[in-house]
Amino acid sequence: MFEHRHLLGIEGLSRADIETVLDLAEDYAALNRRADKRGEALRGLTQINMFFEASTRTQASFELAGKRLGADVMNMGLAQSSVKKGETLIDTAMTLNAMHPDLLVVRHPSSGAVNLLASKVNCAVLNAGDGRHEHPTQALLDALTIRRRKGRLSRLVVAICGDIAHSRVARSNMILLGRMENRVRVIGPPTLLPAGVERMGVEVFQDMQAGLAGADVVMMLRLQKERMDGALIPSMREYYHRYGLDPEKLALAKPDAIVMHPGPMNRGVEIDGLLADDINVSVIQEQVEMGVAVRMAAMDLLARNLRARAA
Amino acid sequence: MTTLANALIVDPEGGRTFRGGVTIDGETIAEVFEGPRDGIDCEGRALAPGIVDIGVKVGEPGERHKESFRTAGAAAAAGGVTTMVTRPDTLPAIDEPERLEFILRRGVEASPSRVLPMAALTKRREGREMTEIGFLMDAGAVAFTDAAAVESARVFQRCLAYAAGLGALVIGHPQEPVLSAGACMTSGQYASQLGLPAVSPVAERIGLERDLALVEATGARYHADQISSAAALPALARAKAAGLAVTAGASIHHLTLNELDVGDYRTFFKLTPPLRSEDDRTALVEALAEGLIDVVGSFHTPQDEEEKRLPFEEAASGAVGLETLLPAAMQLHHAGLSLPLLWRALSLNPSRLLGAPTGRMAAGAPADLVLFDPNAPFVLDRAGLRSKSKNTPYDLRRMQGKVLGTWVAGRRVFGAGAA
Repeated sequence: MFEHRHLLGIEGLSRADIETVLDLAEDYAALNRRADKRGEALRGLTQINMFFEASTRTQASFELAGKRLGADVMNMGLAQSSVKKGETLIDTAMTLNAMHPDLLVVRHPSSGAVNLLASKVNCAVLNAGDGRHEHPTQALLDALTIRRRKGRLSRLVVAICGDIAHSRVARSNMILLGRMENRVRVIGPPTLLPAGVERMGVEVFQDMQAGLAGADVVMMLRLQKERMDGALIPSMREYYHRYGLDPEKLALAKPDAIVMHPGPMNRGVEIDGLLADDINVSVIQEQVEMGVAVRMAAMDLLARNLRARAA
Repeated sequence: MTTLANALIVDPEGGRTFRGGVTIDGETIAEVFEGPRDGIDCEGRALAPGIVDIGVKVGEPGERHKESFRTAGAAAAAGGVTTMVTRPDTLPAIDEPERLEFILRRGVEASPSRVLPMAALTKRREGREMTEIGFLMDAGAVAFTDAAAVESARVFQRCLAYAAGLGALVIGHPQEPVLSAGACMTSGQYASQLGLPAVSPVAERIGLERDLALVEATGARYHADQISSAAALPALARAKAAGLAVTAGASIHHLTLNELDVGDYRTFFKLTPPLRSEDDRTALVEALAEGLIDVVGSFHTPQDEEEKRLPFEEAASGAVGLETLLPAAMQLHHAGLSLPLLWRALSLNPSRLLGAPTGRMAAGAPADLVLFDPNAPFVLDRAGLRSKSKNTPYDLRRMQGKVLGTWVAGRRVFGAGAA
């Protein structure tokens, strides 16, 4: 059962919802490894990818997920176009709505913009990242990767390290991992931790060594280079020294700990290059693979609800 | 002579309510009496001095599509606001005597409620050069404000010093501008969950501390337009204890709503300063009860649908409030604040601050009155507002307190028989 019209965030999902998505994604992960990857779940449906913020990886992943399931997929790169001509978000949404899409995949630089858009259209909306708010499919693909590697998605110690304050990936993961009853730790300098984070059901560490001790999963976040301009960190090299993941720091985590990163990586800023490539600990490539499967599952489930409502 | 009888008279000056009535002779109150008498039967409803609302934004000049003097005046009359003290943050700003005269003329010809205009403190509200404070005072400006923080302490100090020489009232917007730049929420768990840029109430405290230090140095008369957080209150209390000519206001929205009301990015709750925590709200109500907060206003800020139907960060800030100020204030009344106490903040104190003769329930005072039922319940429907813009955070809210009649200078401008 997955009784949602849209996928706007992890916030609205129950434990059972999350498990439903992951179970179906598991099937699609198997399908994606076969020679004939074609599914039928979205046949006849139109999927529009609206990216108001530049993205290569997420957009490609959604596009492939839709195509594998038989949807007609259209990509709209809106990072520069009509928004600059003064058209409001709602006007753009209404214009597209008139073309009768079934699935709208939206990324937007403002928090809450996808919720606003979802309230104005008739189709199912998937949030592909809104501002600093949520990035639900990223959290779901991370969850699937963890479940496959660890055999479970609960009672794990998960350390999320880096720029928590500006990361929608961290928000969604904190909610999902908390809901699945894991111990979630966030690690970063105070300038990169959001206000009130200690009341968000996580343990807060400024010392990376202490935060990594005994972790099952180490999730690194991308550090935006712009953060130095705002005087949030003094320099890349000091950041790497204190918060970059290298083999020495990783040795403090459990011996079988896995290393994750939502990409794109800054090698030598938040993560050691060789470590990122070490297939014994790094699951970064598997995250990308699971991304397609999770997006297929999410769109399949929303399409089932669309069809059930239409019937 | 008109006699309003059988009312519950709210006397903010005397700090009491009593059964009685008033007689109106022309534009003034001829007599306030206790006990029964013949006349228009007010059926025991409350009769108080009309509200004097400091900080009303009318869209003239420049944004008449959002609010005109006609629609703002109608909203004011319906809300029991008998004097609108207008903000100068129009397009262009009210920074020259000629523009101020336009406001006065439009107010007289289009608004049933009185209009007292404020003028900008600096030219074009840019925070660089001071306006012609003397000429503007001669033209009728009652106070000087940029309706935003003057970023440069040097410019602000000079404005305060010059204003002090003329006895002009300067209204500051206490906010450290660099800290609060780009913020649309109060920092904390809730803003973090929504992923919205946020500012700590410390920015308000720093802004107020700076302003108060400059006031102490210059001897100017200073009013803080809006105090919204507990963090700023101790500085205010210290300044008052030290005998500085300092007063402070609060918006009815910050007294009755908190950050959680933003809910799912509801832009009608986007205000400047942003809504605060519940702890801040209760501290503010307490400060009002103690008299630390002197003035309560609506900070009426009309915004059209286009500017509100945007992602939260991009949406315009502000809410209309002329028609909801009284019912929202009744929420505070029903939570324990007396009517005379509320009317000090809504009418008497702002009148005194501006040197206006209004706000008193006494013979010889202007017959600016509001008749209301503090208990009448209703559900607010924003479509029914008289303001041209309908951006109220109280839409669909259950409220108590209905205005039944409004008089300005003895003339009934709202309610049965309004001229």
